Amino acid sequence: MRWLPYGADAALIECDSLAETGAVRATVASAGIPDVVEVVPAARTVLVSVRPDSKALAEIRALVEAADLAHPPAGESREHVLDVRYDGEDLELVARTAGITVEDVIALHTSAFYAVAFTGFAPGFGYLTGLPEPLRQSRLDSARTRVPAGSVAIAGEFAGVYPRASPGGWRLLGHTDTVLFDPRAERPALLAPGDGVRFRRAP
Amino acid sequence: MKRTLQVFSTGPLALVQDLGRPGHAHVGVPPSGALDVPALRLANRLVGNAEHLAGIESLLGGLAVRAHSSCTVAVTGPVVPVQVDGRPVGSHVPVHLAGGRTLTIGTPTAGLRCYLAVSGGIDVEPELGSRSRDTLSEIGPAPLAVGDLLPLGEGDGIPTGQDELAPPCPPAELLVPVSLGPRDDWFEDPAGRLAGYWTVTPESNRVGLRLNGEPLRRRADRTGAELPSEGVLTGAIQVPPSGLPVVFLADHPTTGGYPVAGVVAGSALPALAQARPGTRLRFRPRPVG
Repeated sequence: MRWLPYGADAALIECDSLAETGAVRATVASAGIPDVVEVVPAARTVLVSVRPDSKALAEIRALVEAADLAHPPAGESREHVLDVRYDGEDLELVARTAGITVEDVIALHTSAFYAVAFTGFAPGFGYLTGLPEPLRQSRLDSARTRVPAGSVAIAGEFAGVYPRASPGGWRLLGHTDTVLFDPRAERPALLAPGDGVRFRRAP
Repeated sequence: MKRTLQVFSTGPLALVQDLGRPGHAHVGVPPSGALDVPALRLANRLVGNAEHLAGIESLLGGLAVRAHSSCTVAVTGPVVPVQVDGRPVGSHVPVHLAGGRTLTIGTPTAGLRCYLAVSGGIDVEPELGSRSRDTLSEIGPAPLAVGDLLPLGEGDGIPTGQDELAPPCPPAELLVPVSLGPRDDWFEDPAGRLAGYWTVTPESNRVGLRLNGEPLRRRADRTGAELPSEGVLTGAIQVPPSGLPVVFLADHPTTGGYPVAGVVAGSALPALAQARPGTRLRFRPRPVG
């Protein structure tokens, strides 16, 4: 773990693994330190910003350096079950690439337990870890100009759901009617870092 | 009945802005909010509002609004002609706008963004705790359009009068304090390069200030290297493979995959918000401990 200054009021904590990133995020988020403005996990880093002239950065550094990152606090994570219709345009391609049947793809995708590692790309877009090995496939060679909202997709080691229509290069398995981002809702983003996710075949 | 303001002309871009919605970067939502924060705060004080209420950020003026009931208004930012029904009233002063009268903001001769505050504030529905328009993720009220009726909040504050004597005149050249890092070690002589002259390009917007100049060069051991996306903040100087920096402003993406060579001091951001294309600037880098 490396502590990199990021201007006067923030620091970028560089981690050795995605798991360590999750542990650092959970450690900082669950400490409830006043003056913390943002805690932004990513693949190998956690960015922490605090109010100007706050002493909280030093406190966070001490906290993280003393933490047992092998056993991070559980925090207040939630679990979500998303109903999916497996009608994605790339379902056949994914099956062919993995050398399995479409039914196998669906069975693999619904059997795994995922965790929201971080978000990015768009409001409410969570990068989910826990994707079974045969489904870890590269992005499409050329991205689609429009992926519909609710598309359930995979790319590399991640699974995800497009919260709104946007361009995108992930392989599409299906779609869900669950709303992932609603700016007027009490909790606008359904998925937050640390949350658990399961996909279920829609009846 | 709720007091309203009707939009008669928008100029190039007029957006509702308050102090933004920091604290949601972990779900992919930028902070947004007024780019020239001190100007919005001042406008609010002038009309007797709490400083955080929503006003209108007017890019290059050209905004005209009619009051449907009596209110107090003030325009801040760069010095700009302001008229009520064609009569000059001036910027940076509280102005009484009687019902049925029209306020018009002219074009500033320097700077970019004027701020209009109205007693009671613009009271559109907040999203994620803010009424700001986020131009990147399209959260918050749509850019103002001719014919819009803007609801106003209850305005019972007492205008504080003119509490700053002279509006700031944007300097011809900016000197911008910068803390190096977190990825300055990706570049050859980052401090020296950033200290050279840069020019603000017309591609700049609320997402970022795009600069032209002598490109930063990556160190030999970082050439072609890829950085996993990481969180970014307002003021971050991100350097894409072109070597031409982008200074992220309030509507920046919450993560980015190019190295950040330095971070602009928060105190310098209002001046960057007013920097027109063609403005020359130099960074004054200092390492942080």
